[in-house]
Amino acid sequence: MSTNGLESWAVDLAEVGAVYPFQGWEFAMTVVGVIFWLGWHRIQYVRESAHLDEAAKAVDKDKIMKSVERY
Amino acid sequence: MDGNLNALTTVFTEFYYWVTVVFMFLIHVGFCMYEVGASRRRNHMHTLMKNVMIIPLVTVTFFFFGWWIYFAFPNFFPGMGGIGFEAAASYTPWSENMGTHLGDHITGVFWAAFLLFSWTAASIVSGSVIERIRSSALWLHAVMIGSVWWIIDAAWGWHWDGWMVKALGYHDAYASGVIHAIAGGYALGVIMVLGPRLGKFAKDGTPRDIPPHNPWMLAIGIFLIYTGFWGFYAACNVPIIAPEVIGGQIVGTTWTGTNIYLAPTTLSAITFNFLMSLSGGLMAAYVVSKGDAFWTFSGGLAGVIAASAGNDLYHPIQAMLIGALNVVIVYKLHYWIERRFKLDDAVGAVAVHGYSGIVGLVIAGFALWGQPSSPYEGYATINPIGQIIGALIMFGLLGFLPGWVLAKMQAAAGVLRIPEAVELQGLDYAENHAYEDALAKVIEAEKAHLGSK
Repeated sequence: MSTNGLESWAVDLAEVGAVYPFQGWEFAMTVVGVIFWLGWHRIQYVRESAHLDEAAKAVDKDKIMKSVERY
Repeated sequence: MDGNLNALTTVFTEFYYWVTVVFMFLIHVGFCMYEVGASRRRNHMHTLMKNVMIIPLVTVTFFFFGWWIYFAFPNFFPGMGGIGFEAAASYTPWSENMGTHLGDHITGVFWAAFLLFSWTAASIVSGSVIERIRSSALWLHAVMIGSVWWIIDAAWGWHWDGWMVKALGYHDAYASGVIHAIAGGYALGVIMVLGPRLGKFAKDGTPRDIPPHNPWMLAIGIFLIYTGFWGFYAACNVPIIAPEVIGGQIVGTTWTGTNIYLAPTTLSAITFNFLMSLSGGLMAAYVVSKGDAFWTFSGGLAGVIAASAGNDLYHPIQAMLIGALNVVIVYKLHYWIERRFKLDDAVGAVAVHGYSGIVGLVIAGFALWGQPSSPYEGYATINPIGQIIGALIMFGLLGFLPGWVLAKMQAAAGVLRIPEAVELQGLDYAENHAYEDALAKVIEAEKAHLGSK
Protein backbone atom coordinates (compact mmCIF):
# COMPACT_ATOMS: atom_id res chain seq x y z
CA MET A 1 0.00 0.00 0.00
CA SER A 2 1.46 3.33 -1.04
CA THR A 3 -0.31 6.64 -1.78
CA ASN A 4 1.87 7.29 -4.82
CA GLY A 5 2.35 3.73 -6.12
CA LEU A 6 6.02 3.50 -5.05
CA GLU A 7 6.89 1.13 -2.24
CA SER A 8 10.68 1.19 -2.67
CA TRP A 9 13.31 3.03 -4.73
CA ALA A 10 14.29 -0.18 -6.56
CA VAL A 11 13.24 1.43 -9.82
CA ASP A 12 14.72 2.80 -13.04
CA LEU A 13 14.37 6.57 -12.59
CA ALA A 14 13.88 6.98 -16.33
CA GLU A 15 10.52 5.31 -15.85
CA VAL A 16 9.40 7.37 -12.85
CA GLY A 17 7.32 10.50 -13.40
CA ALA A 18 4.95 12.04 -10.86
CA VAL A 19 5.53 10.98 -7.25
CA TYR A 20 2.93 12.96 -5.31
CA PRO A 21 0.16 11.14 -3.45
CA PHE A 22 -3.35 10.57 -4.78
CA GLN A 23 -2.54 10.78 -8.47
CA GLY A 24 -5.71 10.92 -10.52
CA TRP A 25 -7.33 13.38 -8.10
CA GLU A 26 -5.64 16.47 -9.57
CA PHE A 27 -8.82 18.03 -10.91
CA ALA A 28 -10.65 17.57 -7.61
CA MET A 29 -7.67 19.10 -5.79
CA THR A 30 -7.86 22.07 -8.14
CA VAL A 31 -11.54 22.56 -7.30
CA VAL A 32 -10.73 22.49 -3.58
CA GLY A 33 -7.88 24.95 -4.15
CA VAL A 34 -10.07 27.40 -6.06
CA ILE A 35 -12.76 27.23 -3.37
CA PHE A 36 -10.09 27.96 -0.74
CA TRP A 37 -8.89 30.98 -2.74
CA LEU A 38 -12.34 32.46 -3.42
CA GLY A 39 -13.46 31.73 0.12
CA TRP A 40 -10.50 33.68 1.44
CA HIS A 41 -11.52 36.76 -0.57
CA ARG A 42 -15.06 36.48 0.76
CA ILE A 43 -13.99 36.21 4.40
CA GLN A 44 -11.49 39.04 4.05
CA TYR A 45 -13.98 41.34 2.32
CA VAL A 46 -16.69 40.82 4.95
CA ARG A 47 -14.26 41.42 7.82
CA GLU A 48 -12.71 44.49 6.25
CA SER A 49 -16.09 46.06 5.51
CA ALA A 50 -17.24 45.56 9.09
CA HIS A 51 -13.95 46.97 10.39
CA LEU A 52 -14.16 50.09 8.20
CA ASP A 53 -17.84 50.68 9.02
CA GLU A 54 -17.07 50.53 12.71
CA ALA A 55 -14.09 52.85 12.34
CA ALA A 56 -16.07 55.38 10.31
CA LYS A 57 -18.79 55.48 12.97
CA ALA A 58 -16.50 55.76 15.98
CA VAL A 59 -15.14 59.17 15.09
CA ASP A 60 -13.19 60.81 17.90
CA LYS A 61 -11.91 64.22 16.79
CA ASP A 62 -9.10 64.28 19.34
CA LYS A 63 -7.81 60.94 18.18
CA ILE A 64 -8.09 61.95 14.54
CA MET A 65 -6.14 65.13 15.32
CA LYS A 66 -3.44 63.09 17.07
CA SER A 67 -3.21 60.73 14.09
CA VAL A 68 -2.89 63.61 11.65
CA GLU A 69 -0.19 65.22 13.78
CA ARG A 70 1.78 61.95 13.98
CA TYR A 71 2.18 62.17 10.17
CA MET B 1 17.46 12.94 -19.01
CA ASP B 2 19.37 10.54 -21.23
CA GLY B 3 23.15 10.99 -21.14
CA ASN B 4 25.29 12.89 -18.65
CA LEU B 5 25.59 16.06 -20.74
CA ASN B 6 21.84 16.37 -21.04
CA ALA B 7 21.47 15.68 -17.34
CA LEU B 8 24.05 18.33 -16.47
CA THR B 9 22.44 20.90 -18.78
CA THR B 10 19.01 20.22 -17.35
CA VAL B 11 20.10 20.43 -13.73
CA PHE B 12 22.18 23.55 -14.46
CA THR B 13 19.13 25.19 -16.04
CA GLU B 14 16.97 24.15 -13.10
CA PHE B 15 19.47 25.61 -10.62
CA TYR B 16 19.92 28.76 -12.72
CA TYR B 17 16.21 29.63 -12.61
CA TRP B 18 16.01 28.72 -8.94
CA VAL B 19 18.76 31.23 -8.13
CA THR B 20 17.02 33.96 -10.14
CA VAL B 21 13.81 33.34 -8.22
CA VAL B 22 15.56 33.80 -4.88
CA PHE B 23 17.18 37.02 -6.11
CA MET B 24 13.87 38.29 -7.42
CA PHE B 25 12.28 37.87 -4.00
CA LEU B 26 14.31 40.96 -3.11
CA ILE B 27 12.18 42.99 -5.51
CA HIS B 28 9.18 42.35 -3.33
CA VAL B 29 11.11 43.04 -0.13
CA GLY B 30 12.26 46.30 -1.73
CA PHE B 31 8.74 47.27 -2.77
CA CYS B 32 7.49 46.63 0.77
CA MET B 33 10.21 48.83 2.26
CA TYR B 34 9.67 51.50 -0.36
CA GLU B 35 5.93 51.65 0.20
CA VAL B 36 6.18 51.66 3.98
CA GLY B 37 8.89 54.33 3.83
CA ALA B 38 6.71 56.45 1.57
CA SER B 39 3.58 56.06 3.70
CA ARG B 40 2.78 58.01 6.84
CA ARG B 41 3.14 56.45 10.28
CA ARG B 42 -0.57 55.98 10.70
CA ASN B 43 -0.70 53.65 7.68
CA HIS B 44 2.41 51.50 8.04
CA MET B 45 0.99 48.11 8.88
CA HIS B 46 -1.83 48.38 6.42
CA THR B 47 0.58 49.39 3.66
CA LEU B 48 2.88 46.50 4.47
CA MET B 49 0.10 43.94 4.71
CA LYS B 50 -1.43 45.12 1.45
CA ASN B 51 1.78 44.34 -0.37
CA VAL B 52 2.69 41.17 1.49
CA MET B 53 -0.63 39.47 0.77
CA ILE B 54 -0.06 40.00 -2.94
CA ILE B 55 2.42 37.15 -2.63
CA PRO B 56 0.01 34.31 -1.77
CA LEU B 57 -2.92 35.62 -3.79
CA VAL B 58 -0.98 36.00 -7.01
CA THR B 59 0.87 32.75 -6.38
CA VAL B 60 -2.20 30.55 -6.05
CA THR B 61 -3.99 32.17 -8.99
CA PHE B 62 -0.89 31.97 -11.12
CA PHE B 63 -0.86 28.27 -10.33
CA PHE B 64 -4.58 27.87 -11.10
CA PHE B 65 -4.71 29.76 -14.40
CA GLY B 66 -1.91 32.29 -14.97
CA TRP B 67 0.72 29.84 -16.13
CA TRP B 68 -1.72 28.08 -18.43
CA ILE B 69 -2.53 31.42 -20.11
CA TYR B 70 1.10 31.91 -21.09
CA PHE B 71 1.13 28.74 -23.16
CA ALA B 72 -2.47 28.90 -24.40
CA PHE B 73 -2.68 32.54 -25.51
CA PRO B 74 0.32 33.31 -27.81
CA ASN B 75 -1.99 33.36 -30.83
CA PHE B 76 -5.25 34.23 -29.09
CA PHE B 77 -5.98 37.33 -31.16
CA PRO B 78 -8.35 37.87 -34.09
CA GLY B 79 -6.91 36.28 -37.21
CA MET B 80 -3.94 34.71 -35.43
CA GLY B 81 -5.13 31.19 -34.61
CA GLY B 82 -7.03 31.06 -31.30
CA ILE B 83 -6.34 29.39 -27.96
CA GLY B 84 -3.63 26.72 -27.96
CA PHE B 85 -5.27 24.11 -25.74
CA GLU B 86 -2.88 21.38 -26.84
CA ALA B 87 0.27 23.44 -26.34
CA ALA B 88 -0.90 24.43 -22.86
CA ALA B 89 -2.16 21.02 -21.73
CA SER B 90 0.92 20.39 -19.58
CA TYR B 91 0.34 23.63 -17.66
CA THR B 92 -3.18 23.18 -16.35
CA PRO B 93 -3.24 22.95 -12.54
CA TRP B 94 -4.29 19.32 -12.84
CA SER B 95 -1.37 18.37 -15.11
CA GLU B 96 1.24 15.95 -13.75
CA ASN B 97 3.93 18.45 -14.74
CA MET B 98 2.54 20.97 -12.28
CA GLY B 99 3.62 18.81 -9.38
CA THR B 100 6.39 16.69 -7.92
CA HIS B 101 7.63 14.96 -11.03
CA LEU B 102 11.04 13.30 -11.39
CA GLY B 103 10.97 13.59 -15.16
CA ASP B 104 10.38 17.37 -15.23
CA HIS B 105 13.07 19.56 -13.65
CA ILE B 106 12.12 22.78 -15.39
CA THR B 107 8.40 23.52 -15.13
CA GLY B 108 8.46 24.38 -11.42
CA VAL B 109 11.39 26.80 -11.55
CA PHE B 110 10.27 28.37 -14.83
CA TRP B 111 6.77 28.83 -13.39
CA ALA B 112 8.30 30.45 -10.32
CA ALA B 113 10.44 32.81 -12.39
CA PHE B 114 7.34 34.05 -14.21
CA LEU B 115 5.43 34.15 -10.94
CA LEU B 116 7.95 36.55 -9.46
CA PHE B 117 7.37 38.82 -12.46
CA SER B 118 3.66 38.59 -11.62
CA TRP B 119 4.25 39.75 -8.05
CA THR B 120 6.23 42.67 -9.43
CA ALA B 121 3.46 43.73 -11.80
CA ALA B 122 0.95 43.68 -8.93
CA SER B 123 3.32 45.40 -6.53
CA ILE B 124 3.92 48.27 -8.96
CA VAL B 125 0.18 49.00 -8.88
CA SER B 126 0.12 48.64 -5.10
CA GLY B 127 2.56 51.52 -4.62
CA SER B 128 0.46 54.08 -6.48
CA VAL B 129 -2.64 53.59 -4.40
CA ILE B 130 -1.30 53.56 -0.85
CA GLU B 131 -3.10 55.19 2.07
CA ARG B 132 -6.60 55.23 0.59
CA ILE B 133 -7.52 52.00 -1.21
CA ARG B 134 -9.35 49.14 0.46
CA SER B 135 -7.14 46.07 0.74
CA SER B 136 -9.90 43.89 -0.69
CA ALA B 137 -10.06 46.11 -3.78
CA LEU B 138 -6.29 46.15 -4.30
CA TRP B 139 -6.03 42.38 -3.93
CA LEU B 140 -8.58 41.85 -6.67
CA HIS B 141 -6.53 44.15 -8.90
CA ALA B 142 -3.40 42.23 -7.91
CA VAL B 143 -4.92 38.96 -9.09
CA MET B 144 -6.08 40.52 -12.35
CA ILE B 145 -2.82 42.25 -13.27
CA GLY B 146 -0.62 39.49 -11.82
CA SER B 147 -2.38 36.38 -13.06
CA VAL B 148 -4.38 37.54 -16.08
CA TRP B 149 -3.45 40.73 -17.91
CA TRP B 150 0.32 40.74 -17.73
CA ILE B 151 0.57 37.07 -18.63
CA ILE B 152 -1.67 37.63 -21.65
CA ASP B 153 0.74 40.33 -22.77
CA ALA B 154 3.64 37.95 -22.11
CA ALA B 155 1.99 35.29 -24.28
CA TRP B 156 1.49 37.85 -27.04
CA GLY B 157 4.79 39.72 -26.93
CA TRP B 158 7.18 37.74 -24.74
CA HIS B 159 6.90 34.22 -26.09
CA TRP B 160 8.87 32.81 -29.03
CA ASP B 161 5.54 32.04 -30.75
CA GLY B 162 3.66 35.19 -29.70
CA TRP B 163 1.62 36.87 -32.43
CA MET B 164 3.10 40.29 -31.65
CA VAL B 165 6.60 38.96 -32.22
CA LYS B 166 5.64 37.28 -35.47
CA ALA B 167 3.42 39.99 -36.95
CA LEU B 168 4.78 43.22 -35.45
CA GLY B 169 8.44 42.33 -34.89
CA TYR B 170 7.82 43.29 -31.25
CA HIS B 171 11.04 43.19 -29.24
CA ASP B 172 11.04 43.64 -25.48
CA ALA B 173 13.77 41.37 -24.16
CA TYR B 174 13.80 42.55 -20.51
CA ALA B 175 10.21 43.67 -20.28
CA SER B 176 10.03 47.46 -20.69
CA GLY B 177 6.52 46.88 -21.94
CA VAL B 178 5.40 43.46 -20.80
CA ILE B 179 5.94 44.24 -17.12
CA HIS B 180 6.51 47.97 -16.68
CA ALA B 181 4.32 49.66 -19.28
CA ILE B 182 1.37 47.41 -18.50
CA ALA B 183 1.70 47.82 -14.72
CA GLY B 184 2.14 51.58 -15.03
CA GLY B 185 -0.87 51.80 -17.35
CA TYR B 186 -2.92 49.68 -14.98
CA ALA B 187 -1.94 51.87 -12.02
CA LEU B 188 -2.96 54.97 -13.98
CA GLY B 189 -6.38 53.47 -14.70
CA VAL B 190 -6.91 52.73 -11.00
CA ILE B 191 -5.73 56.06 -9.58
CA MET B 192 -7.87 57.97 -12.08
CA VAL B 193 -10.93 56.42 -10.46
CA LEU B 194 -9.59 56.18 -6.92
CA GLY B 195 -8.74 59.88 -6.59
CA PRO B 196 -5.96 61.60 -4.66
CA ARG B 197 -5.16 61.31 -0.97
CA LEU B 198 -6.77 63.96 1.23
CA GLY B 199 -4.61 67.06 1.22
CA LYS B 200 -2.71 66.17 -1.93
CA PHE B 201 -4.09 69.14 -3.83
CA ALA B 202 -4.76 72.66 -2.60
CA LYS B 203 -8.14 74.26 -3.30
CA ASP B 204 -6.75 75.96 -6.39
CA GLY B 205 -5.52 72.58 -7.67
CA THR B 206 -1.86 73.08 -6.86
CA PRO B 207 -0.31 69.71 -5.95
CA ARG B 208 1.33 69.35 -2.54
CA ASP B 209 4.28 67.09 -1.93
CA ILE B 210 3.44 64.40 0.65
CA PRO B 211 6.99 63.54 1.71
CA PRO B 212 8.00 60.02 2.70
CA HIS B 213 8.19 59.57 6.45
CA ASN B 214 11.48 57.67 6.14
CA PRO B 215 13.80 58.40 3.19
CA TRP B 216 16.35 55.87 4.48
CA MET B 217 13.85 53.07 4.22
CA LEU B 218 13.05 54.21 0.72
CA ALA B 219 16.72 54.17 -0.26
CA ILE B 220 17.32 50.66 1.04
CA GLY B 221 14.07 49.50 -0.53
CA ILE B 222 15.05 50.68 -3.95
CA PHE B 223 18.56 49.22 -3.65
CA LEU B 224 16.90 45.88 -2.97
CA ILE B 225 14.70 46.40 -6.02
CA TYR B 226 17.84 47.05 -8.11
CA THR B 227 19.34 43.80 -6.80
CA GLY B 228 16.23 41.79 -7.53
CA PHE B 229 15.95 43.43 -10.93
CA TRP B 230 19.37 42.04 -11.74
CA GLY B 231 18.08 38.59 -10.96
CA PHE B 232 15.08 39.33 -13.11
CA TYR B 233 17.40 40.05 -16.04
CA ALA B 234 19.00 36.63 -15.67
CA ALA B 235 15.58 35.02 -15.35
CA CYS B 236 14.56 36.47 -18.72
CA ASN B 237 17.27 34.42 -20.43
CA VAL B 238 17.55 30.78 -21.36
CA PRO B 239 21.01 30.02 -19.92
CA ILE B 240 22.19 27.39 -22.39
CA ILE B 241 20.66 25.76 -25.43
CA ALA B 242 21.81 24.02 -28.60
CA PRO B 243 20.85 25.43 -32.02
CA GLU B 244 19.17 22.17 -32.98
CA VAL B 245 16.94 22.46 -29.93
CA ILE B 246 15.92 25.98 -30.96
CA GLY B 247 15.22 24.63 -34.44
CA GLY B 248 15.36 28.02 -36.15
CA GLN B 249 17.68 29.60 -38.68
CA ILE B 250 20.88 29.46 -36.62
CA VAL B 251 23.47 27.20 -38.28
CA GLY B 252 26.42 25.36 -36.74
CA THR B 253 26.65 23.59 -33.40
CA THR B 254 27.68 26.40 -31.03
CA TRP B 255 25.57 26.34 -27.87
CA THR B 256 24.39 29.73 -26.63
CA GLY B 257 22.40 31.63 -24.07
CA THR B 258 19.28 33.28 -25.46
CA ASN B 259 16.69 35.86 -24.61
CA ILE B 260 13.05 34.90 -24.09
CA TYR B 261 12.53 34.76 -27.88
CA LEU B 262 15.31 32.15 -28.14
CA ALA B 263 17.49 34.68 -29.98
CA PRO B 264 21.16 34.59 -28.92
CA THR B 265 22.55 36.88 -26.22
CA THR B 266 24.90 36.59 -23.24
CA LEU B 267 24.72 37.29 -19.52
CA SER B 268 27.81 39.41 -20.02
CA ALA B 269 26.02 41.67 -22.51
CA ILE B 270 23.05 42.28 -20.29
CA THR B 271 25.27 42.89 -17.26
CA PHE B 272 27.08 45.68 -19.12
CA ASN B 273 23.82 47.21 -20.16
CA PHE B 274 21.99 46.81 -16.85
CA LEU B 275 24.72 48.72 -15.03
CA MET B 276 25.19 51.39 -17.68
CA SER B 277 21.47 52.11 -18.01
CA LEU B 278 21.17 52.21 -14.20
CA SER B 279 24.01 54.73 -14.13
CA GLY B 280 22.57 56.85 -16.92
CA GLY B 281 19.24 56.95 -15.12
CA LEU B 282 20.76 57.87 -11.75
CA MET B 283 22.94 60.62 -13.22
CA ALA B 284 20.16 62.21 -15.26
CA ALA B 285 17.69 61.99 -12.38
CA TYR B 286 20.14 63.64 -10.00
CA VAL B 287 20.54 66.53 -12.42
CA VAL B 288 16.92 66.94 -13.51
CA SER B 289 15.53 66.66 -9.96
CA LYS B 290 18.31 68.88 -8.54
CA GLY B 291 19.53 66.13 -6.24
CA ASP B 292 16.13 65.02 -4.89
CA ALA B 293 16.78 61.64 -3.26
CA PHE B 294 13.36 60.17 -4.05
CA TRP B 295 13.69 60.92 -7.76
CA THR B 296 17.37 60.09 -8.02
CA PHE B 297 16.79 56.57 -6.68
CA SER B 298 13.72 56.09 -8.86
CA GLY B 299 15.60 57.50 -11.83
CA GLY B 300 18.09 54.64 -11.68
CA LEU B 301 15.23 52.21 -11.95
CA ALA B 302 13.60 54.22 -14.73
CA GLY B 303 16.88 54.18 -16.64
CA VAL B 304 17.07 50.39 -16.56
CA ILE B 305 13.39 50.02 -17.43
CA ALA B 306 13.69 52.20 -20.52
CA ALA B 307 16.74 50.38 -21.86
CA SER B 308 15.32 46.96 -21.03
CA ALA B 309 13.47 46.45 -24.31
CA GLY B 310 16.76 46.28 -26.18
CA ASN B 311 19.35 45.59 -23.50
CA ASP B 312 20.23 42.27 -25.15
CA LEU B 313 21.45 44.15 -28.21
CA TYR B 314 22.49 47.70 -27.24
CA HIS B 315 26.04 48.92 -26.73
CA PRO B 316 26.53 49.89 -23.07
CA ILE B 317 26.91 53.58 -23.93
CA GLN B 318 23.65 53.44 -25.87
CA ALA B 319 22.00 51.85 -22.82
CA MET B 320 23.37 54.64 -20.63
CA LEU B 321 22.13 57.40 -22.92
CA ILE B 322 18.70 55.81 -23.36
CA GLY B 323 18.38 55.49 -19.59
CA ALA B 324 19.36 59.13 -19.12
CA LEU B 325 17.13 60.53 -21.86
CA ASN B 326 14.17 58.58 -20.58
CA VAL B 327 14.49 59.96 -17.07
CA VAL B 328 14.33 63.54 -18.29
CA ILE B 329 11.19 62.75 -20.28
CA VAL B 330 9.33 60.86 -17.57
CA TYR B 331 10.25 63.30 -14.79
CA LYS B 332 8.76 66.20 -16.74
CA LEU B 333 5.78 64.12 -17.82
CA HIS B 334 5.03 63.04 -14.24
CA TYR B 335 4.68 66.60 -12.96
CA TRP B 336 2.85 67.84 -16.03
CA ILE B 337 0.25 65.07 -15.75
CA GLU B 338 -0.04 65.49 -11.98
CA ARG B 339 -0.87 69.18 -12.39
CA ARG B 340 -3.02 68.83 -15.50
CA PHE B 341 -5.15 65.86 -14.43
CA LYS B 342 -4.86 66.10 -10.61
CA LEU B 343 -3.61 62.56 -10.26
CA ASP B 344 -1.97 61.31 -7.08
CA ASP B 345 0.55 58.59 -7.85
CA ALA B 346 2.04 58.14 -4.38
CA VAL B 347 5.32 56.57 -5.48
CA GLY B 348 5.63 57.82 -9.05
CA ALA B 349 5.00 54.31 -10.38
CA VAL B 350 3.09 55.42 -13.45
CA ALA B 351 6.06 57.52 -14.52
CA VAL B 352 8.91 55.25 -13.44
CA HIS B 353 7.32 52.08 -14.83
CA GLY B 354 4.60 53.09 -17.26
CA TYR B 355 6.04 56.05 -19.14
CA SER B 356 9.54 54.57 -19.03
CA GLY B 357 8.21 51.36 -20.53
CA ILE B 358 6.60 53.23 -23.40
CA VAL B 359 9.67 55.38 -24.04
CA GLY B 360 11.89 52.29 -23.95
CA LEU B 361 9.78 50.40 -26.47
CA VAL B 362 9.63 53.29 -28.90
CA ILE B 363 13.37 54.00 -28.69
CA ALA B 364 14.10 50.30 -29.29
CA GLY B 365 11.99 50.43 -32.44
CA PHE B 366 14.29 53.06 -33.91
CA ALA B 367 17.60 51.92 -32.43
CA LEU B 368 17.12 48.26 -33.43
CA TRP B 369 15.24 48.93 -36.68
CA GLY B 370 15.64 46.05 -39.16
CA GLN B 371 17.24 43.60 -36.72
CA PRO B 372 15.69 40.13 -36.40
CA SER B 373 13.13 39.80 -33.63
CA SER B 374 13.43 36.02 -33.61
CA PRO B 375 15.65 33.15 -34.78
CA TYR B 376 12.71 31.74 -36.73
CA GLU B 377 11.96 32.34 -40.38
CA GLY B 378 9.10 34.55 -41.48
CA TYR B 379 8.94 36.81 -38.42
CA ALA B 380 8.73 40.60 -38.90
CA THR B 381 11.93 42.43 -38.09
CA ILE B 382 12.11 44.99 -35.28
CA ASN B 383 10.60 48.32 -36.40
CA PRO B 384 9.25 51.55 -34.89
CA ILE B 385 5.62 51.00 -35.93
CA GLY B 386 5.54 47.52 -34.37
CA GLN B 387 7.06 48.89 -31.17
CA ILE B 388 4.64 51.84 -30.99
CA ILE B 389 1.64 49.54 -31.53
CA GLY B 390 3.16 47.22 -28.93
CA ALA B 391 3.47 50.09 -26.45
CA LEU B 392 -0.18 51.02 -26.98
CA ILE B 393 -1.25 47.41 -26.44
CA MET B 394 0.81 47.06 -23.27
CA PHE B 395 0.10 50.40 -21.62
CA GLY B 396 -3.39 51.05 -22.98
CA LEU B 397 -5.25 47.93 -24.03
CA LEU B 398 -3.96 45.44 -21.44
CA GLY B 399 -2.93 47.92 -18.73
CA PHE B 400 -4.93 51.13 -18.44
CA LEU B 401 -8.26 49.84 -19.74
CA PRO B 402 -8.72 46.78 -17.49
CA GLY B 403 -7.51 48.72 -14.43
CA TRP B 404 -9.90 51.60 -15.10
CA VAL B 405 -12.90 49.33 -15.81
CA LEU B 406 -12.45 47.22 -12.67
CA ALA B 407 -11.84 50.30 -10.51
CA LYS B 408 -15.01 51.90 -11.95
CA MET B 409 -16.99 48.78 -11.04
CA GLN B 410 -15.56 48.76 -7.54
CA ALA B 411 -16.25 52.48 -7.12
CA ALA B 412 -19.85 52.02 -8.30
CA ALA B 413 -20.28 49.26 -5.71
CA GLY B 414 -18.71 51.43 -3.00
CA VAL B 415 -15.88 49.00 -2.32
CA LEU B 416 -12.88 50.84 -3.77
CA ARG B 417 -11.91 53.55 -1.31
CA ILE B 418 -11.78 53.67 2.47
CA PRO B 419 -14.09 56.11 4.33
CA GLU B 420 -12.74 59.64 4.81
CA ALA B 421 -12.73 59.39 8.61
CA VAL B 422 -10.57 56.28 8.43
CA GLU B 423 -8.20 57.93 5.98
CA LEU B 424 -7.68 60.78 8.45
CA GLN B 425 -7.29 58.51 11.48
CA GLY B 426 -5.03 56.26 9.50
CA LEU B 427 -5.64 52.69 8.44
CA ASP B 428 -3.71 51.47 11.44
CA TYR B 429 -5.98 53.40 13.78
CA ALA B 430 -6.97 50.35 15.80
CA GLU B 431 -3.36 49.24 16.33
CA ASN B 432 -2.19 52.81 16.99
CA HIS B 433 -4.95 53.54 19.47
CA ALA B 434 -4.30 50.30 21.28
CA TYR B 435 -0.59 51.18 21.40
CA GLU B 436 -1.22 54.69 22.69
CA ASP B 437 -3.80 53.52 25.22
CA ALA B 438 -1.32 50.91 26.47
CA LEU B 439 1.44 53.55 26.74
CA ALA B 440 -0.83 55.91 28.62
CA LYS B 441 -1.78 53.19 31.12
CA VAL B 442 1.83 52.16 31.74
CA ILE B 443 3.00 55.76 32.19
CA GLU B 444 0.12 56.46 34.53
CA ALA B 445 0.91 53.35 36.58
CA GLU B 446 4.60 54.22 36.81
CA LYS B 447 3.83 57.80 37.89
CA ALA B 448 1.45 56.47 40.53
CA HIS B 449 4.15 54.09 41.74
CA LEU B 450 6.68 56.94 42.00
CA GLY B 451 4.14 59.14 43.77
CA SER B 452 3.46 56.48 46.39
CA LYS B 453 7.13 56.48 47.55
